[in-house]
Amino acid sequence: MISLVSTEIEHKGIKEEEIENVRIVKGTTLVKRGFAHMQKHGVIMDVTTIEQAQIAEDAGAVAVMVLDKLPYDVRKAGGVARTASIRVIEEIRDHITIPIMAKCRIGHVEEAKVLEAVGVDMIDESEVLTPADEEHHIWKWDFTTPFVNGARNLGEALRRVEEGASMIRTKGEPGTGNVAEAVKHIRIVNDQIRHLCSLYNTNDKSELIKFARELRVSYQYVEETARLGRLPVVNFAAGGISTPADAALLMNLGCDGVFVGSGIFKAEDAGDRARAIVIATTYYDDPKQVMEAQKMINEKKSMLGLDINNLELRMQERGSQA
Amino acid sequence: MIKIGILGFQGDIEENANASKKALEHLNIDGQVLHVRYPQQIREIDALIIPGGESTVMGLLAMINNSANVIRDRIMDGMPVLGTCAGMILLAKSAYDRVVGNTKQNLLSLLDIVVERNAFGRQFDSFEVELPIDGISDRFNCVFIRAPVIMEYAGNVKPIARLGNKIVAVKQGNIIGTSFHPELSNDTKMHEYLIKMINSY
Repeated sequence: MISLVSTEIEHKGIKEEEIENVRIVKGTTLVKRGFAHMQKHGVIMDVTTIEQAQIAEDAGAVAVMVLDKLPYDVRKAGGVARTASIRVIEEIRDHITIPIMAKCRIGHVEEAKVLEAVGVDMIDESEVLTPADEEHHIWKWDFTTPFVNGARNLGEALRRVEEGASMIRTKGEPGTGNVAEAVKHIRIVNDQIRHLCSLYNTNDKSELIKFARELRVSYQYVEETARLGRLPVVNFAAGGISTPADAALLMNLGCDGVFVGSGIFKAEDAGDRARAIVIATTYYDDPKQVMEAQKMINEKKSMLGLDINNLELRMQERGSQA
Repeated sequence: MIKIGILGFQGDIEENANASKKALEHLNIDGQVLHVRYPQQIREIDALIIPGGESTVMGLLAMINNSANVIRDRIMDGMPVLGTCAGMILLAKSAYDRVVGNTKQNLLSLLDIVVERNAFGRQFDSFEVELPIDGISDRFNCVFIRAPVIMEYAGNVKPIARLGNKIVAVKQGNIIGTSFHPELSNDTKMHEYLIKMINSY
């Protein structure tokens, strides 16, 4: 059984249909969050071409995320970053057997509808692309396709879940090859949950509602998180993961799996590195296996990476106030 | 004390572990639930659950460390096993994708069925439905997520659940395979059924 905490009553994403004269229901919270649970302990890899998607599948990715440009190249190119070409998404969709995901701009309901229509398995409402709405995120309960959203702290994560996100990922700082921000964000979330659990254990409801108001989120999400001792949806790490040891570090901090963006296909040993990160994610708690995985990569071939202090564009700040 | 192993490479491992622990409580049986990833661990369990997730990933990781051979030996030896969704694909003799067709993915080739992967379509077409399961439940909330369907079966395979004419769960001696995810429902009857099979093994 998984957490089904929800405030939405209308839930337009739910669709009743018939298969072989049997009534079935699509797009329920259980079906959407259930999909995210199937990704657990896995690695979701950013890809831009059919060739990269094949390398990812062969290496053991649980899913691929289709982008127009890798986050590192988005950063270099500047300008407005939008959702990937539909033809590329279709090509990859029909070529591999694992799920495909794609990114839409924050608040861009129509890009999301296009992605749902093309049949991506999960939509990432992502700060890597240029936000289309500074004030609002998409009301994701209106969709049958599940969404994943980025977050830097517990309040942001639960606000996204309240809007209907079925999965959360740390924001990190995309395209930098620097894992520090992802580590920072998961540690903040963990600290806040520990604090919340201590309030919950004293059974002081007035403290819980005060905390909910500080986070700007409905009370029941805070209570559910406290009861579970973790986020009520699957939580992956993302942003700057480049090596097997990076993946193991984040798994040991309590993440359910990892997204790897530029870290694989901006490296010169993409195939081996992808496989090595998969192994380190599965055996994160076994240092010998992580060492064997780390041995499969060559540090001289890692992406050089960027110092976070010198960045002109901090993608993680996008949409975090809403 | 019995030991139930959840194949711990990838997928909804904790969800199957939780369902197994609840099933043990319901049956009032003293047991342990373990995540198993190494051949030695697989040699020491009394029943195995292969969870939902990606069958390509689990097949690859089971091949790399040789646990695939140990799993195969134990199951052929009679150890009860439940494969849910990806787990059933991994147990199957043959699998193909509805759109992509045949792939070279690693399978355990123990369950005498042909499965079509993603048979109902993509995630948009995933659904839940209440179905009867022979000998297990009159009404079980079945959650289908990018689910496979059993297209052909042979030998000792018995279909135990259908959605219309589509076969969505089978039993072949000590092996159970389901297209859906019993671990996601608030119902532990399937996991209880597996535990009860340990006694007859």
